[in-house]
Amino acid sequence: MTETASAGPVRVVLVDDHAMFRAGVRAELAASGVGVVEVVGEAADADAAVDVVRELQPQVVLLDVHLPGGGGVEVMRRQPSADTLYLALSVSDAAEDVIGTIRGGARGYVTKTITGPELVDAITRVAGGDAVFSPRLAGFVLDAFAGSIDVAAVDEDLDRLTEREREVMRLIARGYAYKEVAKELFISVKTVETHMSSVLRKLQLSSRHELTKWASDRRLL
Amino acid sequence: MTGSTSASHPSARHPSRPGSPRRAHRDLTASIAGGVASGLARHLAVPVLWVRGFFVATAFLGGFGLMLYAGLWMFLPADQHFEVGAPGLESATRTGKRPGRRSRLRDAGPAIALGALFFGVVLGVEGIFGQGVLFWPVVLGIAGIALLWRQADEAQRERWIDSSGRIDPFRAVFGNGGWAAYGRIAAGLGLIVTALLVFAIAAGQATFAVPVLVAGLLGLVGLAIVVGPWAKRLIDDLGAERVERVRTQERADMAAHLHDSVLQTLALIQKNSHDATTVARLARSQERDLRQWLFEAETTDATTLAGALKEMAADVESQHPVVVDVVTVGDCDLDEALRPVVLAAREAVVNVAKHAGTQRADVYAETSPGAVDVFVRDRGAGFDLGAVASDRHGVRSSIVDRMERHGGRADVRSAPGEGTEVRLHMARHAQHQSPTQPQPHAQASDEENR
Repeated sequence: MTETASAGPVRVVLVDDHAMFRAGVRAELAASGVGVVEVVGEAADADAAVDVVRELQPQVVLLDVHLPGGGGVEVMRRQPSADTLYLALSVSDAAEDVIGTIRGGARGYVTKTITGPELVDAITRVAGGDAVFSPRLAGFVLDAFAGSIDVAAVDEDLDRLTEREREVMRLIARGYAYKEVAKELFISVKTVETHMSSVLRKLQLSSRHELTKWASDRRLL
Repeated sequence: MTGSTSASHPSARHPSRPGSPRRAHRDLTASIAGGVASGLARHLAVPVLWVRGFFVATAFLGGFGLMLYAGLWMFLPADQHFEVGAPGLESATRTGKRPGRRSRLRDAGPAIALGALFFGVVLGVEGIFGQGVLFWPVVLGIAGIALLWRQADEAQRERWIDSSGRIDPFRAVFGNGGWAAYGRIAAGLGLIVTALLVFAIAAGQATFAVPVLVAGLLGLVGLAIVVGPWAKRLIDDLGAERVERVRTQERADMAAHLHDSVLQTLALIQKNSHDATTVARLARSQERDLRQWLFEAETTDATTLAGALKEMAADVESQHPVVVDVVTVGDCDLDEALRPVVLAAREAVVNVAKHAGTQRADVYAETSPGAVDVFVRDRGAGFDLGAVASDRHGVRSSIVDRMERHGGRADVRSAPGEGTEVRLHMARHAQHQSPTQPQPHAQASDEENR
């Protein structure tokens, strides 16, 4: 996190179909993220978002889940920029939206009621390569792996969350911060983040190239 | 997996409203041929494999299974005519803001398996009965008919997914077009024609009148099959449309009600704009209201554990200046044995609001087959458990003792400056115990109220 901060502010593109909300987030980020986060562009629908991201190559895209033109998933599916990371910012609480977006490739999910400083923290964390899980998302993830949430096509791999990963997810769902999880489980924060990333990877197995890779790793193709 | 989850969460995916009869539907999301087996499996709450096995097994009893399957395929309505989602999600879907459901039929696996199975059945029957004169025409004819039905199914589904709402006769038959649809129609018609030709050639030696008669009859049957599904569906659609109209009116009423409530709240906020606490409380309760209505398909009533916890949180939020974030994993019916857990959790949340000096509490509930665990966590002041005066009863009697009295366990972990976490654990007994022994629980909760 600190190394990205020292390399200049994180370049962020804001994708949301409500101009009011974009203005609000821009203002919040300007207030609490000076020198850490910089909004370089905005877009209101999927097509515009693809163009803007392709042109500006930002580090992080704040992506609304409900977006004209196929939703946030559509933007990620079209992969306008190879190195860009996505953070879903949603007002929708529906499990299938949230899980769907994560499976589409987002590195995290936060709700729109998040405060400015928390959002800045989440953006820097995503820019640093980590996954950002809110308690609610952790709950959805646990539910998805337990089979209570219907994810469109349940992969064979989906129930294979290691006991440790499950434990980390549980603590996050209980409202623990990353460093509190680390302290509780006597592991380093880095390890916690590794667990989170691997949970994310397991969820995203359905995206096509991941699946292909998974299959070829096991000599199935 | 299908069996166990649907058995443990009967109301999770298909809330059956009181008064409306349960009807079997074909399940088009998990279909191999027509979704009959998966639909029946869901209706009867048995594993889908059993139903499929039943059809395959009875198919050898003179084709009884095949006939049954075909009959059910024709007469069971397809589900998802109007899959009722939360209004916010439906609206977002209609305006193209959410990704569409991907079709499972892109997967060629089922088609290949079905083809192989069909071929195997044909060879098997031939091996047993020898190559009858009529056998191949009949097989080809049936395959053609099946393909045509299949296409009609697909077309019907696509028409429902289409948002523009017009019913175009061309699209009604061909769906969205594409080589698959045309190919299916052509193959179906081709197979039927081939069946007639094979029949005519095979019966060439017979008298002239019989084949003509039979061919004519078959032609009529073919025509009925092509037009039949469309006509039948049209009638079904009309009924469904009426249902949809009623539902739309219902929804309009509800929207009006919500708009009223939002406007009322905004008016209240304007009047109380100097009082930050009141404004925050009003905004929060309104947000919760809307959010629940828009995005949560299932209503949060107090008949399940998750619902009761959410209701509890809403209740505490409206009385104290605290934000309660409830996350639940799994769910179960709220029986008497679990009520103490909700009450203890409530006490813990109220403690956060009163004493922790923070405005956030996280409630996490996990329901597993064996136990219910609830965690209430805050990042407030925290306290030293040993230093609490013995005359203070909040934590001890309301949380720890209550849980122990009902066979559960409560741990309170806290340290000054690090916040507090209350952990509630209650083993779940077998479901049949609670109805047979309601007395002790009822008495116990009476004692609490005193």
